[in-house]
Amino acid sequence: MSTIDLRGRDLLGIESLTADEIHYILDAVPPFKEISKRDIKKVPTLRGKTIINLFFEPSTRTRTSFEIAGKRLSADVINISVATSSVSKGESLRDTAENLQAMQADVLVVRHSAAGVPHLLARYLPSPVINAGDGAHEHPTQALLDLYTLQEKWGTLTGHTVLIVGDIAASRVARSNMLAMRKLGMQVCVCGPRTMLPIGIEQMGVECTSDFDTAIQGADAVMMLRIQRERHGEVLFPSLQEYSERYCLTSERLRRAKSGVLVMHPGPMNRGVEIAPEVADGLESVILTQVTNGVAVRMALLYLLLGGS
Amino acid sequence: MDILIRGGRVIDPAQGIDRHLDVWIADGKIMALGPDMRIPSQHAPDDPRPAPHLIEAQGCVVAPGFLDMHVHLREPGFEYKETIATGLAAAAAGGFTAVAAMANTKPVNDTPAVTEFMLRRAAAVGGTRLLPIGAVSVGLAGEELAEIGGMHKAGIVGLSDDGMPVMNPRLMRRAMEYGRMLELPVLSHCEDHRLSSGGVMHEGDVSTALGLIGVPAVAENVMVYRDIQLAELTGAHLHIQHVSTAEAVDLVRRAKEQGITVTAEACPHHFTLTHEAVQGYDTNTKVNPPLRTAADVEAIKAGLQDGTLDVIASDHAPHHVSEKDQDYAAAPAGMIGLETSVGLALRLYHEGILSLSQIVAKYTVYPASILGVPHGTLRVGSNADVTILDPDYTYEVEATTLRSRSKNSPFLGWRLRGAAVATLVSGEVIFERL
Repeated sequence: MSTIDLRGRDLLGIESLTADEIHYILDAVPPFKEISKRDIKKVPTLRGKTIINLFFEPSTRTRTSFEIAGKRLSADVINISVATSSVSKGESLRDTAENLQAMQADVLVVRHSAAGVPHLLARYLPSPVINAGDGAHEHPTQALLDLYTLQEKWGTLTGHTVLIVGDIAASRVARSNMLAMRKLGMQVCVCGPRTMLPIGIEQMGVECTSDFDTAIQGADAVMMLRIQRERHGEVLFPSLQEYSERYCLTSERLRRAKSGVLVMHPGPMNRGVEIAPEVADGLESVILTQVTNGVAVRMALLYLLLGGS
Repeated sequence: MDILIRGGRVIDPAQGIDRHLDVWIADGKIMALGPDMRIPSQHAPDDPRPAPHLIEAQGCVVAPGFLDMHVHLREPGFEYKETIATGLAAAAAGGFTAVAAMANTKPVNDTPAVTEFMLRRAAAVGGTRLLPIGAVSVGLAGEELAEIGGMHKAGIVGLSDDGMPVMNPRLMRRAMEYGRMLELPVLSHCEDHRLSSGGVMHEGDVSTALGLIGVPAVAENVMVYRDIQLAELTGAHLHIQHVSTAEAVDLVRRAKEQGITVTAEACPHHFTLTHEAVQGYDTNTKVNPPLRTAADVEAIKAGLQDGTLDVIASDHAPHHVSEKDQDYAAAPAGMIGLETSVGLALRLYHEGILSLSQIVAKYTVYPASILGVPHGTLRVGSNADVTILDPDYTYEVEATTLRSRSKNSPFLGWRLRGAAVATLVSGEVIFERL
């Protein structure tokens, strides 16, 4: 008997979800995925609800995905893109959020370049806050859609090994996936140059290596990450060419992996830097499936948090 | 009016006193210490002098006035955070009869004019004494020496670019040489900016999990080592501020063994909290140097115990609520501490780590001797600056009762056992807890 109820809850990170709650969300996805395959991709589930996408950092994929998810459920979706510079107008985060709240938003979807901002807003707002990415901290809906994509392919998640490669230090996608995968009994190995592997990462229960060629041999899925130069403010490797030589997923490297290996990327991709074009477009790639599933997973999540019927 | 403090346990490490004595105060000075004292105006009915004011101190510790040698009072320039008046009121409520105010005001305390202004304001306010610390460098910019001699004449008791560590080792050397000449200690905030820049908390598993940029412990350690070397070279008195790492404790311990004139302080938050307090992103836990690991906390406690760390100082750093009400990285570092320092230090007594006499020494004779000020003792003839502590007084830290203009404390809601119940400066009661 499931007693899980996510209505009214915030989704600030995978960290605060239990394994059962993650399964509960993933199990809710299929009927929502089906909606997107229909001719008329709209159901009245969240009619009369207002979803505000409050994005303090540029985003195409995630913002659009939330917008489409909300609209397919008939919610009113408002997008607000706040350039970080407009914070210098003097209005605090808290005031911005409370003003939106005063307009009776039912859920706030927040992205910010600083870790912890959704947590700050959630302290002031009674309605649910969904973290759509906070700095280098978490991106929980990305992890959920990644897990859903893998579960769809594999049927079960427990026992599989995922290799995450690239700019681990700056990646919220890596953090949320590490947390989620460990909670579900999966093995995770993170790989990158030593300058991009943060101190204490092993405490998250993951393996840690800089040897891509060896690590790829044990992986059931390889998740490539881009270099987030905007977060570092310093150079963590000598040159892009040297980086690519060691950490680009080429078809040659991919041949070292098990057959049936899946290739993932949360986007945006830098073709030729961390992933070769032919691999991004290859048979092993589920990169666009991730995007498709992102809409379904976010629909399921909005439904569960807003208690639609 | 004379004052008689009766029945308390007098602890005055400067005189090696720890026993039940009465304290007689007259004309703002310590007149006498003695058992079951009766002072003349008490028992002579025809004595024209008024009867003394009696302070019953049974169950309490009667100590020399406490000195917090590391506070930020924010005036001039940042009066919305704190003023000399509110800061000194907070100090009195925390049991402090003197505080050393850092130079990072606006304008910076790098000229005699600013020093004089601060002293004038403090004199007008009254109560807790203000001991100004002068900047090492003009504008805390780390480029040229500030008017140290002029400030010395105006009344500074130490030199520090606290908060803006002196990155240029050559300038630090000159500051130490100059400080030695004037018998001013150099108080050093040890942090290599190039290693720490961008960091907002201790670098470790917690910063990694939270996605926050970390400040590695080595950013502190390398500068502690550099400054110890410069102190040995120059013969200056180096005082390491807010030691936060186990390695820094060890470096100070070894330097003392070698006879180098180095002293050091620890802040209550660094022996009370670890970096795990940052989970949840409460910006009141953001402080520089940052909260570190449990091993560092243990090392600081051990350093306090064996005397490596001479002083407990709060690094009282008020920030307005609107500044702290930002994301963790954007919020300024610093927490208030004047009104929680003693309560947190007394936890170490209740835990059996420090004796009351050790704690009193770290607030009195040691900071007074480091700064070369005539405070920190109840010696007969000295100013009657007295702190009366009730080690068992239990209270909750509440924003509404804090005297500081800012409320940025990670200890709000904590129950603390032990507090100052009365504070006297020159024989005047400036704070009393009812």
